[in-house]
Amino acid sequence: MSIGAEFSVEEREEGGTRVVLSGPWLVSTIGAIDQDLRALQGDYSTIDLTHIEEIDTVGAWTICALVRDHGGEIIGASDRAQRLINAVQGFTSQEPIQPEVLPIWQRVPALVGKEVVGWAKGTLDVIGFLGQIVMASGSLLLHPGRFRFRALVRQMELVGVSALGIVGLMSFLIGIVIAQQGAVQLQQFGAEALTVNLVGRITLRELGVLMTAIMVAGRSGSAFAAQIGTMKLTEEVDAMRTIGISPVEALVIPRILASVLMMPLLGFYSAVVAIIGGAVIADLTLGIPFFTFLTRIKEVVPLYDLYVGMIKAPVFGLIVALSGCYQGMQVQGNSEQVGLRTTMAVVQAIFAVIVLDAFFAVFFTEIGWG
Amino acid sequence: MSEEDTATAETRHLARYRGDYPIVVDGLVNRFGSQTVHEDLSLKVRRGEIIGVVGGSGTGKSVLMRSIIGLQHPSEGSIEVFGRSITDAEPDQNLGVRSRWGVLFQGGALFSTLTVGENVEVPLRQFYPDIEDELLHEIARYKVMLSGLPEEAVSKYPSELSGGMKKRAGLARALALDPELLFLDEPTAGLDPIGAAAFDRLTRELKETLGLTVFLITHDLDTLHEICDRVAVLADKQVIAVGTIEELLALDHPWIQEYFNGPRGRAALASKERSSMDKQPKAGA
Repeated sequence: MSIGAEFSVEEREEGGTRVVLSGPWLVSTIGAIDQDLRALQGDYSTIDLTHIEEIDTVGAWTICALVRDHGGEIIGASDRAQRLINAVQGFTSQEPIQPEVLPIWQRVPALVGKEVVGWAKGTLDVIGFLGQIVMASGSLLLHPGRFRFRALVRQMELVGVSALGIVGLMSFLIGIVIAQQGAVQLQQFGAEALTVNLVGRITLRELGVLMTAIMVAGRSGSAFAAQIGTMKLTEEVDAMRTIGISPVEALVIPRILASVLMMPLLGFYSAVVAIIGGAVIADLTLGIPFFTFLTRIKEVVPLYDLYVGMIKAPVFGLIVALSGCYQGMQVQGNSEQVGLRTTMAVVQAIFAVIVLDAFFAVFFTEIGWG
Repeated sequence: MSEEDTATAETRHLARYRGDYPIVVDGLVNRFGSQTVHEDLSLKVRRGEIIGVVGGSGTGKSVLMRSIIGLQHPSEGSIEVFGRSITDAEPDQNLGVRSRWGVLFQGGALFSTLTVGENVEVPLRQFYPDIEDELLHEIARYKVMLSGLPEEAVSKYPSELSGGMKKRAGLARALALDPELLFLDEPTAGLDPIGAAAFDRLTRELKETLGLTVFLITHDLDTLHEICDRVAVLADKQVIAVGTIEELLALDHPWIQEYFNGPRGRAALASKERSSMDKQPKAGA
C-alpha cells in the first residue's frame, strides 16, 4: 500500500492523454500533491481512478477540480468515489472566506462617523437614563412601600462590607508608602516631623476617597454592569417589565443608593487605615512613636479636610454606580457585549472620578478649605 | 510500540476503520461528588448506523458523549473508539482519533471571532498544516455548501446567522476532516419543524454518501422515527435497551412505553407512517 496520493500523466497511442491517479486520495494526503496538480497544463481525455485505494470528499473535490480545469472523462471510479464526486461536484463557488474590507481611505472616515454618531446617541441615552432614575425616585417617594429594602441591604453588603478587606489592605500599604517616601524627601530639609501632616491630610482629603472609588469601580461598578447586562441577555429585565416591576426601581435604585451610602464609610475607613499604616512605618523607621503620630494627626489635620473627603465620597459612589448600571442596561445581543460594557463601565467610572476630583480640588481650595 | 513507531503512525494517513464497532463503552461509571450519573453503563455502536440516544433530562446523555470524546474522564470503565482506548489516554495525548470524528455541540459552538469559512478551516489547519490556502478555501466553501448553507454564508460571522444556520455551520466544521464518526448533540433542538425535518434529511444523506457512523443525542421523536437505525435508551444510570423502535416498543419498561406511546410519541409514529406511505408509490414507479 502506497503512503501518499500519486498521479501520472501518460500519452496514449490512440491519441489523447490519460491521467492515472493512485494511492489514497484523502484529506491527509492531498496537501502534498495539491500544488503539483494545480501546475498541470493541457487537456486530458480520461482520468483513471482505478488505482485509487481510498477516497474522501477532499479527494473527490480535487478530482472534480481536475475535470473542471482540464476536461476528461472519469473512468474506473468505485461506487464510493462516484457517490462522493456526485455529492461535491455542484459546489463550485468563489465566495471570499472573509468579508470584504473597505479600503483604508473609506474605512477610516466611516469609523470616525460611526464614533461621532455613537457619542451623540450615547449622550442622549445617558440623559434618558438619568431621567428614568429621577422618575423612578419620584415614584418611590410617592409609593415608599415599593422600595426594595432587602435589595438595598444586600447591595450595601456587597459594595461595602465585603470590600473591607481589600480596601483596608490597599489603604494600609498606601499609608506605608506615603509615609516612607515622604519621610525620605522631607529628611532633606530636616522636616521629617511633617510626615504626619503629609499622611493625615493627603489621605483624608484625597487618596482615601479616590483610591476607594477606583477600587469600588473595579469591584462593584463592573459587577453592576455584568449582572444587569446578563439579566438583559437572559430577558429577566423584560420579564420584570411584563410583570409590572420597573427595572430601574428594582435593580438600579438600590445599587445607586448602596454605593452612595457606602462610599463615605469606605472612604473614611480607608483614610483611617492609611493613617495607621503611616503611623506603623513612622514608628519603625522615623522614631515617631505610634500614639504620638495619632495625637499629632488630631492637631495638624484641619477638620475641613475630613469634610472635603466626605463630600466627594457620595458623588464618586453615584458616578461609579451610575456608569455601571447604565452600561449594564445598554447590553444587547450577545455575551460579547457584556464584557465590552463591563470594561466601559469601569473605564468611564474611573475617568469621571479622576476628572471630578480635579475640579473638587480646585473648588475647595478656592473657598478657603486649602 | 516504540515512540518512533507512534510518530510514523500519526503522520501516515489513517486507513478507514473496518471493524464492526467504532464505539465500545464498557462498564462506564461517572460520578460527580456523591451523585452517580452512570453506573456500569455499556454500549456498542455499529459501523455505518445512526444511533439515537434518548433519555429523560439529567440521565447523562451529554455526559456519555463527553466521556466518549474524551472531554470527561470517567470514574471507572473503559471506552474504545476505533479500537483505541480513550480512557487510558492522557487528556491531551494524540491518539490519532481526533481527526477521525466530528462533533456538533448543542449551540453550534462556533468560534465567534472567525467567519464560518474560517471556522471550517480551523481543524484542517490544525491537523494538516501542509495544505495550501487555495485548497483550504475551496474545501471550506464546498463543506459549507454540503451542509446546506448558501454560498454567501462562508464569509459571515456566527452572530449574523440564525439558530438553524449556526447548527449547519457547526455541522460543516464537524465534517471538515471527513470524519468517519459524527457526534450530534440535539441537532434539531430549537429549530422550527421545517428546519428540523431538513436537518434530519441532511443527516441521513450525509450518512449515506459519506458512509458515516452517527451518534445522535436527541429529544426529537420525529428524528428518531425518521433517521435512526437503532435507539439506545438511557435510564436508571444505564443503557436499558438498544434496538429499533419496534423492538423497543415490544419491551415492557414503563419509561420506554411512556416515551414512545405518549401523545407526542404516537403523533410522531403516525407522521412516520404517513410519510412512508407517501414514499411507497414513488418507490414502485
